[in-house]
Amino acid sequence: MNVHLTQKISYHLLRVITYAIVISVGYILFDIIRHGLPVISWDFLTGFPRRSGSEGGILPAILGTIYLTLVTIAVALPLGVGCAIYLSEYAEQNRFSELVRLAIITLAGVPSIVYGLFGLGLFVIFCRFGASILAGSLTLACMVLPIIIVASEEALRAVPRGFREASLALGATKWQTIRTNVLPYSISGMITGSILAIGRAAGETAPILLTVAAFFLPKLPGSIFDQVMALPYHLYILATQHPETEKVLPLQYGTALVLLLLVLGMNIGAVIVRIHFRKKYKW
Amino acid sequence: MVNKKETSKPIIQAIDVNFYYGTTQALFEISLDIAPQRVTALIGPSGCGKSTFLRCLNRMNDIIPKTRLTGKVLINDRDIYDENENIVELRKQVGMVFQKSNPFPKSIFDNVAYGPRIHKLNGKNQLIEIVEKSLQRAALWDEVKDRLNDNAMSLSGGQQQRLCIARALAVDPQILLMDEPASALDPKSTTRIEDLIGELRTDYTIVIVTHNMQQAARVSDETAFFYEGQLIEFSPTKKIFTKPKQKQTEDYITGRFG
Ligand SMILES: Nc1ncnc2c1ncn2[C@@H]1O[C@H](COP(=O)(O)OP(=O)(O)OP(=O)(O)O)[C@@H](O)[C@H]1O
Ligand SMILES: [Mg+2]
Repeated sequence: MNVHLTQKISYHLLRVITYAIVISVGYILFDIIRHGLPVISWDFLTGFPRRSGSEGGILPAILGTIYLTLVTIAVALPLGVGCAIYLSEYAEQNRFSELVRLAIITLAGVPSIVYGLFGLGLFVIFCRFGASILAGSLTLACMVLPIIIVASEEALRAVPRGFREASLALGATKWQTIRTNVLPYSISGMITGSILAIGRAAGETAPILLTVAAFFLPKLPGSIFDQVMALPYHLYILATQHPETEKVLPLQYGTALVLLLLVLGMNIGAVIVRIHFRKKYKW
Repeated sequence: MVNKKETSKPIIQAIDVNFYYGTTQALFEISLDIAPQRVTALIGPSGCGKSTFLRCLNRMNDIIPKTRLTGKVLINDRDIYDENENIVELRKQVGMVFQKSNPFPKSIFDNVAYGPRIHKLNGKNQLIEIVEKSLQRAALWDEVKDRLNDNAMSLSGGQQQRLCIARALAVDPQILLMDEPASALDPKSTTRIEDLIGELRTDYTIVIVTHNMQQAARVSDETAFFYEGQLIEFSPTKKIFTKPKQKQTEDYITGRFG
């Protein structure tokens, strides 16, 4: 086979693969939008569910997912970024730090149901938080921490050494250097990576199944120690646990679409943050 | 000139300096005295330890893990490797300009103001004054005075390097270390930097690493020739380029190796 032919074949092969991915994702999206859009109405978005979810809106689930996401961000972002700063800027680079990195990457691959059980054991039972927003968010935070740490370390490493050296050579301390000449340039990468990870987690069912999610709770939470409904769990209930799954199919589509839009909103937010910082600090 | 040299005490004294990267020794028993308000050039083939020695003088090698120095480096008679040495003060006193110009991706003003700000030489008016004075000294003021809020990355390579010099000057150092400050620049920008060094020598002690023999000859008063981590010869520049004492020096400057 000549080089030209292999070149051609691999080109077309890669193209077909790309199209296959785009088409299947596009079809899923199209299907959800086509069936979900007619369901979405003001009442659906702001109403409370009735008759164990067979009728009414999904406001508690929307707010539940938003609360969970916000608390997860508040917990996981500072912890993850702090850990990444320590690992890449302060910790001595040796066997031990390599081992820590390996552990973190491995944790990123642990199935989400394991995090759910871990959260049940640690936060719900041992810490006596009960099934609550706090327990659920902490569980989600544990799940996204490894990804945030890895993404943040990468963002830190992308900052050229010259900036650090120049700052240190002017008599800045290490922390001054990090604060003024490393973090500002890496914060966009950190935030983007983190938001993408948390957006992914917002759609997870397994970690919240045992730690926070309520089957049917047509009221809003009063504090972070309350249970809430959440979109992915609500969807799971409607699709598999509901006595009339066929009948509530439109509601499933509507719920899926809202969840998708929420995650999309977060991702767009991440992109905006990135563009904002890119413009401010470019090199 | 001769008088000045005899009466002035050295500002930098290296005494039997050995330097190690891990187990590899990069500098061997380096001893040399550098007089104040003079330009000292460090020359030698690639990998001979010029940058390593230069970075010993402001302890920049400290940030490289597993490095070790034995011997002494005195600056103004103070042992800078003493455990009580305040590195922040040291680096304020000993500024550094790097081979690859490395302005921060901030505004021109913020670049120059960076050092004064971290050292709390605050006060808005004072800061403006410092920035203007530093840019003037680095011969950059006229080119940037109308665009101080522009990003420093929008400057040309030569301007960026002069900005880095201005940034170093803004903390009012006594000594300026320069590691091949012009090696990445075009001839015209190089000339500007060399002229600038000529102007700065009256106020600062300058130690400059260079690969360029002519440059060493043009800008420096003293020249140190390094070879494989050893200091082979250290003499007035005129002498080293006309009557080198060592055979190796002669071979190097006449271009027989390196
Ligand atoms: N960070 C480092 N880790 C390990 N070895 C190093 C490091 N930096 C330099 N060296 C080694 O130390 C020796 C001296 O290097 P140095 O950078 O001081 O040479 P130089 O004279 O400045 O060379 P050049 O003219 O190419 O800049 C070289 O053998 C180099 O490989
Ligand atoms: Mg060098």
